[in-house]
Amino acid sequence: MDLSYTAEQQAFRAEVRAFLAEALPKRLSEKVRLGKRLNKAEIEEWHAILNARGWLAPNWPAEFGGAEWDAVERQIFEEEACLAHAPRVVPFGLMMLAPVLLAFGSEAQKRHYLPRILSGEDWWCQGYSEPGAGSDLASVKTRAVRDGDEYVVNGQKTWTTLGQYANWIFCLVRTDTDCKPQQGISFLLIDMTSPGVTVRPITLIDGEAEVNEVFFDNVRVPTENLVGTENQGWTYAKYLLTHERTNIAGVGFSNAALATLKQVAANTLSGGRPLAQNPHFAARMAQVEIDLMAMRTTNLRVVSAAAKGQAPGAESSMLKIKGTQIRQELTSLLRRATGPDAMPFLPDYLEGGDNQMSGLPDHAPTAAPSYFNMRKLSIFGGSNEIQRGIISKAILEL
Amino acid sequence: MDFTLTEDRAMLQDMLRRFFADTYGHEKRRAVLAEGRPFDSAVWAQLAELGILGALFSEAQGGFAGAGFDIALVFEELGRAGAIEPLLSSAILGGGLVAALGTADQQALLAQVISGETRLAFAHSEPGSRYDLENVSLNAVGGDQITLTGTKTHVLGGAEAETVILSAREAGLPGDKAGISLFLVPRQAAGLRVEQHVTVDGFSAATLTLDGVTVPASARLGAAGAAFDAIEDITARATLAVCAEALGAMESAKAMTITYLKERQQFGRPIGKFQALQHRMADLLMEVEQARSAVVNLAGHLDAPRAVRERHVSATKNLIGRVGAMVAEETVQLHGGIGMTDEYALSHFTRRIVMIDHLFGDVDHHLERFIQLGLEAD
Ligand SMILES: Cc1cc2nc3c(=O)[nH]c(=O)nc-3n(C[C@H](O)[C@H](O)[C@H](O)COP(=O)(O)OP(=O)(O)OC[C@H]3O[C@@H](n4cnc5c(N)ncnc54)[C@H](O)[C@@H]3O)c2cc1C
Ligand SMILES: Cc1cc2nc3c(=O)[nH]c(=O)nc-3n(C[C@H](O)[C@H](O)[C@H](O)COP(=O)(O)OP(=O)(O)OC[C@H]3O[C@@H](n4cnc5c(N)ncnc54)[C@H](O)[C@@H]3O)c2cc1C
Repeated sequence: MDLSYTAEQQAFRAEVRAFLAEALPKRLSEKVRLGKRLNKAEIEEWHAILNARGWLAPNWPAEFGGAEWDAVERQIFEEEACLAHAPRVVPFGLMMLAPVLLAFGSEAQKRHYLPRILSGEDWWCQGYSEPGAGSDLASVKTRAVRDGDEYVVNGQKTWTTLGQYANWIFCLVRTDTDCKPQQGISFLLIDMTSPGVTVRPITLIDGEAEVNEVFFDNVRVPTENLVGTENQGWTYAKYLLTHERTNIAGVGFSNAALATLKQVAANTLSGGRPLAQNPHFAARMAQVEIDLMAMRTTNLRVVSAAAKGQAPGAESSMLKIKGTQIRQELTSLLRRATGPDAMPFLPDYLEGGDNQMSGLPDHAPTAAPSYFNMRKLSIFGGSNEIQRGIISKAILEL
Repeated sequence: MDFTLTEDRAMLQDMLRRFFADTYGHEKRRAVLAEGRPFDSAVWAQLAELGILGALFSEAQGGFAGAGFDIALVFEELGRAGAIEPLLSSAILGGGLVAALGTADQQALLAQVISGETRLAFAHSEPGSRYDLENVSLNAVGGDQITLTGTKTHVLGGAEAETVILSAREAGLPGDKAGISLFLVPRQAAGLRVEQHVTVDGFSAATLTLDGVTVPASARLGAAGAAFDAIEDITARATLAVCAEALGAMESAKAMTITYLKERQQFGRPIGKFQALQHRMADLLMEVEQARSAVVNLAGHLDAPRAVRERHVSATKNLIGRVGAMVAEETVQLHGGIGMTDEYALSHFTRRIVMIDHLFGDVDHHLERFIQLGLEAD
C-alpha cells in the first residue's frame, strides 16, 4: 500500500494543470462553473482542443490515437479537469462505442469509425432503452429483418441523450424472436440521416430537452454495420455497460461540486452568520466530504484492479451506487444552501444568458434545476436497484 | 380527541376535491404554464364563487371559517390538484395581514379579496435576507408622506396583485424586530418597478424595485415600527398552508406511484412485485402518514400561545421538508425515466413538494429554530 503519487504522476498533474490553464477557454469554463448548459458547438470546441493535445480518448490504445492512461492518470486528469470547470466529454462514442468496437468490431469498422469519433465528424448516441425495455433491457423489440445485404429496421428507442445532435446511433435490435430474449439481440450501427429516422425531443423535469425518442420506420441499414456476430449483441451490450458504469462514479464532478458548495456556504449568511457555520448544515457538508474521500479511494482500488487485467465486473455497480449518492447529496445541499434564491426558473440564463435579476447570486438559477436533473443518475446506466441486484447475485452469491 | 372532520369541513373538502377532479387536469396546468399565464382566471373566479377564499377567513373578517383545520383542508386539496392559483399570496398572506392589522377603512379591502375581485401580495423577502423574518432593510422615511426605497424579492403573485403589502424599516437596523412597518402600495405606484418571473414549481413571482415610491401615512398597516408580531403570525398561517399543500401533493405523487407499480411491467411482471420496491413504498407510506400528523399538529395549535405555536411551526416545517424530499426523490426513482419528464404530472408534484422547502424556512432553518425555541421555553 502506498497512497503517495510518484514523481511522474506529480509531473503529469502539473502538465494537466498547465494545459487546462492555457487551453481551456474561459467562455466555456464560466458556463460550466455556473452550471449552465453547453450547446453543440461548445462541446465540439472542447473535444477538438483535447483531440489536438491527444487527450480526447484516455482509454484507447495509442494505435488509434488514445492516451493509454492508467487508472491513476485518468483520475488525475478527471480531477483537474473538473476543478478547472472543463466541459464534460460526451461519452457515447468515446467511452461506450469505442471499447465495443475495439473488442468486437471488424478491422474495417475500427479504421472507419474510430478516427471519425476523434475528429468530431460523427456524434454518437446510445439506442438501448425502449418504452417497454428499461431495466429489462433484454426485452428490446426494435426489429431488424435481413433483406439481402441490408437490415430493415422498425421500432422505437427512447431516452436517447443528446440524440438531437447525433448523426449516428448504436442500437440493440432484435434479429431473432424464436429464442431466449438475450439470444436474439444484435448490435447495429445506424446512420441517423437515413430515410425513416425521426427524432422527437422530450422535455425533462429541469425544463431541458436533453433526451429524445427515436423512431425507425423501414430504415435500411447495410449489413456491414453489424458489430460482431448476429444475435450476440447482448454480450457486447453488457460489456459496454460496465464501461458506462465506471465512468459514472463521477469523483471529479463531486470534487468540483464540493468546492462550489463550500464557497457558497461560506458566502451565504444565514441567521446572521455564514451558512458554513450553521452546525446542521456544516455537519451534512462534512459527512458528504468524508464519504467522498473514501469514494475516491474505492474508485481507484476498483479501477486499478481492473487495469491489471481483471475486469471491473460487478464492483463497478458499487461505484455507480455510491458515486451517484454522493453527487445527488451534493446537488441537494447546494439547492438548500441557495435558499429562497433557488426558486426563480430562468431558462434564458440556463441556456447561457446573463443574470438579470436584482440581487440574485450567479450560482442560484441552476441550483434547483441541477438538483432535479441529477435524479437521473440513479435511474440510468442500470438503475441503482438493478445495481444492488447485481451485487447480491454476483458478489454476495445470494 | 376526535380525528374526523366536522360535517361542514367534510362538505367543503368533498366539493373542492370534486371541483378539481372535474376541472383541473394536469393538461390544463401545463397549458396555462406553456401559454405564459400566471394562473387560470376562470378557475380563480370559480374558486371565489365556491367560497373557497371565504373559507380562509373567519366570520368576523367576512368569511365563514378561517381556523387552522380549514386552511389545512383547502391547501391539501390545492396541493393534490397541483393548482397554481394565488390563494397563498392573496388570501393567506395579503388578506391575513389586512385582517390582522387593518383599520376599518383598510378592512373594506377584505370583501374584494374574498370575492376574488382584487388580489393582494406580501412583499417581504429582500436580497440576502434568506429565512430570517427580521432581516428587513427596505427604507421608509417621512411623516405625512412616506418614501420607500429598496428591493423586494420572491414576491409571490406580486405581478398580478392590485395592491402589495410591503414591509419596510422605519427604525433600527436590519435584524431588529422593532422598527418594521407594513404599507399598502398600489402596484401601479410611480417609482415601483415590477419584474415578473416563473418559479421552478410553476408559480408567478416578482422582483419589486422601489425607487422613491411615495405613499400617504394612511397607507400604513398597523402601528409604525410594530409589525413584526403580525408578520410572524401570518408566516405561521402561511407555513401551515404550504405544509398542507405539500401533503396534498405528496398524496398525489404517492397515488400515482402505487398505480404505476401495478401497471409497469419489467422482467415479465409488474415492478410492484419486486420486494425491494414494495418495502420502499411501505416506508414512503409511513412517512406520508407522519407528514399528515405533523400538519394536524400545526393546524390544531395555530391559535395556541406563541411559544407553543412556533414550536409546532418549526417542527412541522422541518418534518414536511424532510419527508417531502424523500417522497419526491423516491417517487421519481420508482418511476424510472418517465418520472423525470415534464409531460408527466409527477414531475410537477415533485417540483412543488421540494420547492416548498424554500418557502418560509427550510429543514435546517427550522431544526435550529426548534432547538432554540426549546431552550427559550426551559
Ligand atoms: C436522463 C436520462 C438519460 C438517459 N439516456 C439514455 C441513453 O442515452 N440511451 C439509452 O438507451 N437509455 C437512456 N436512458 C434510459 C435509462 O437507461 C432507463 O431509464 C433505465 O434503464 C431505467 O428504465 P426505465 O426508465 O424504463 O425504468 P423501469 O425499468 O421501468 O424501472 C422503474 C423502477 O423499477 C425498478 N426496477 C425495475 N426492475 C427491477 C427489479 N428487477 N428489481 C428491483 N427494482 C426494479 C427500477 O429500479 C426503477 O426504480 C436515460 C434515462 C434518463 C432518465
Ligand atoms: C427478544 C425476542 C422476543 C421474542 N418474543 C417472542 C414471543 O414472545 N413469542 C413468539 O412466538 N416469538 C417471539 N420471538 C420470536 C420472533 O417472533 C421471531 O424471532 C421472528 O418472527 C423472526 O423469526 P426468526 O428469528 O426465525 O428469523 P427469520 O424469520 O429466519 O428471519 C431472518 C431475517 O430474514 C428476514 N426475513 C424473513 N422472511 C422474509 C421475507 N419474506 N422478506 C424479507 N425478509 C425476510 C427477517 O426480517 C430477518 O431479518 C421473539 C424474538 C426475539 C428476538
